[in-house]
Amino acid sequence: MTTLSLVHARYQLLETIRIPIALIGSAFFPAASMLFFVVPFAGDDPVAATYATASMVTFSIMVSSLFTYGVGVADDRSQPWDGYMRTLAAGAGPRFAGRILAGMAMSLVSLVPVVLIGALFTEATTTTMGFLLGIATVFVGALPFTLMGLAIGYGLPLKAALVVCQVIFFPLAFGGGLMSAPDQAPGFIQTIAPYLPTRGAVELMWAAVGDYSPHATSLFAFAVWTVAAGAVAVWAYRRDEGRRFR
Amino acid sequence: MILAEAIEVSRRYGDVTALDRVSLQVTQGELVGLLGPNGAGKTTLANLLTGVRRPDEGRVTLCGGDPRDPRTRRTLGVTPQETGLPATLRVGEVVEFVGAHYPDPVPRAELLDQFGLSDLVKRQTGGLSGGQKRRLAIALAFVGRPQVVVLDEPTTGLDVQSRRGLWDAIKAYHADGGTVLLSSHYLEEIEALADRVVVLGRGRVLADDTVAAVRGMVGVRRVSFAHDGEPPTLPGVVAIEQREGRTHLLTPDSDALVRALVVSTVDFRDLEVAPTSLEEAFLAITDSSSDAVALAA
Repeated sequence: MTTLSLVHARYQLLETIRIPIALIGSAFFPAASMLFFVVPFAGDDPVAATYATASMVTFSIMVSSLFTYGVGVADDRSQPWDGYMRTLAAGAGPRFAGRILAGMAMSLVSLVPVVLIGALFTEATTTTMGFLLGIATVFVGALPFTLMGLAIGYGLPLKAALVVCQVIFFPLAFGGGLMSAPDQAPGFIQTIAPYLPTRGAVELMWAAVGDYSPHATSLFAFAVWTVAAGAVAVWAYRRDEGRRFR
Repeated sequence: MILAEAIEVSRRYGDVTALDRVSLQVTQGELVGLLGPNGAGKTTLANLLTGVRRPDEGRVTLCGGDPRDPRTRRTLGVTPQETGLPATLRVGEVVEFVGAHYPDPVPRAELLDQFGLSDLVKRQTGGLSGGQKRRLAIALAFVGRPQVVVLDEPTTGLDVQSRRGLWDAIKAYHADGGTVLLSSHYLEEIEALADRVVVLGRGRVLADDTVAAVRGMVGVRRVSFAHDGEPPTLPGVVAIEQREGRTHLLTPDSDALVRALVVSTVDFRDLEVAPTSLEEAFLAITDSSSDAVALAA
């Protein structure tokens, strides 16, 4: 990790923090879902509350990754400052690394309300080991959504990126079964969930903090989505450079 | 030593040819003006030399390296467009951020002082006036103690006082041995700063000469009058236009043309002699490139 990557991460974070509402945006929806759905319905049952909190953590990671990278990158690309940065003595590497570092930091911050609500207002509980594994799973689970976000951000203009992020996050959350306890989702969701990346991510999270064995199909689909999103992201990035440079 | 060079460089955007086999050399310590009307290819040439774009054909070098390589660009200073500053960052932070890309940046306080920005160090750039943004933008070009600076229309839209202040900063850098490539569509700006001028028009180099020589070349005047019949054939005319019953002749030597007109048999009325805009002069030169070559020679 070079110093320049850290410099870029630092200024990315500064720019985000200067408009704090952006932070609230990615933290609000999962926290509100915790308060409205998890606390009243599953709050008293330690197992259900723990799984539900883990689901909301996964939800939060997905939303903040999609929006931070999808909308953030598209927005940056639309600014003349982006063109100027290309004349500075930094290649794509430090800018890319800085953006991902800043995005991870933002993800962790937006998780704080969900975890706090889970700990204070529900019976959700986990071991120290489970908590640490959970944090590690945050980074693994964020992978496909980070890459999807980058694909959207480099592939689409700002207005389109915003709409696409808004349209896909909801079906990904519900379809992946984030809004229901393990194996209690409505029938059609049980059918489609294993093929969505959210399912693999949440199963990993459940396994980290509780006593859950992930399904092979979900994990395989998770891997496929990650590779596919990565391929599209690289393609979109190259195409963007090509449009500007060639 | 050659610090910036373009060799037979062409660049197209779709069907539009922005640069057509342009060659240019800037050696160490020179202050070269790049002059031309809008759409002449100035910004495209600046973008190629600063590594933002790559040429379709030909080659560009910067301090002997490829400007597309980030390491080469440590020797380069560039000005962002005024509207391009990140609005939420403070003036001091923007300077620190850009400085972090160079091995030996000018200390923040010293740079801000030089450009009269010291009082604004805590202000977010979004709250600066147009002139202040422009000053900051130009200061950023110098933060890395560059060997060569590329300034693309640095003072467009500035009031006269701010413009002179920035000229002083550019002159000071040049006096210390700095190399500058400065594009502008103001002849006045080029005259105030540059030793040498490269005139671009429609993607080609029309002239590459001293300021005085180019001044004579673009010092074209418009001689216009009303008369009946075909336009007369007169010496030293680079372009002829006829509209609204008047004939307009563009010439570098209006005195000689008027003398010739008076002794000719042309039955003219309402004679007017007026300076042309730089843009008009360029267009006239571009339209009759053989005349331009004759003038430049």
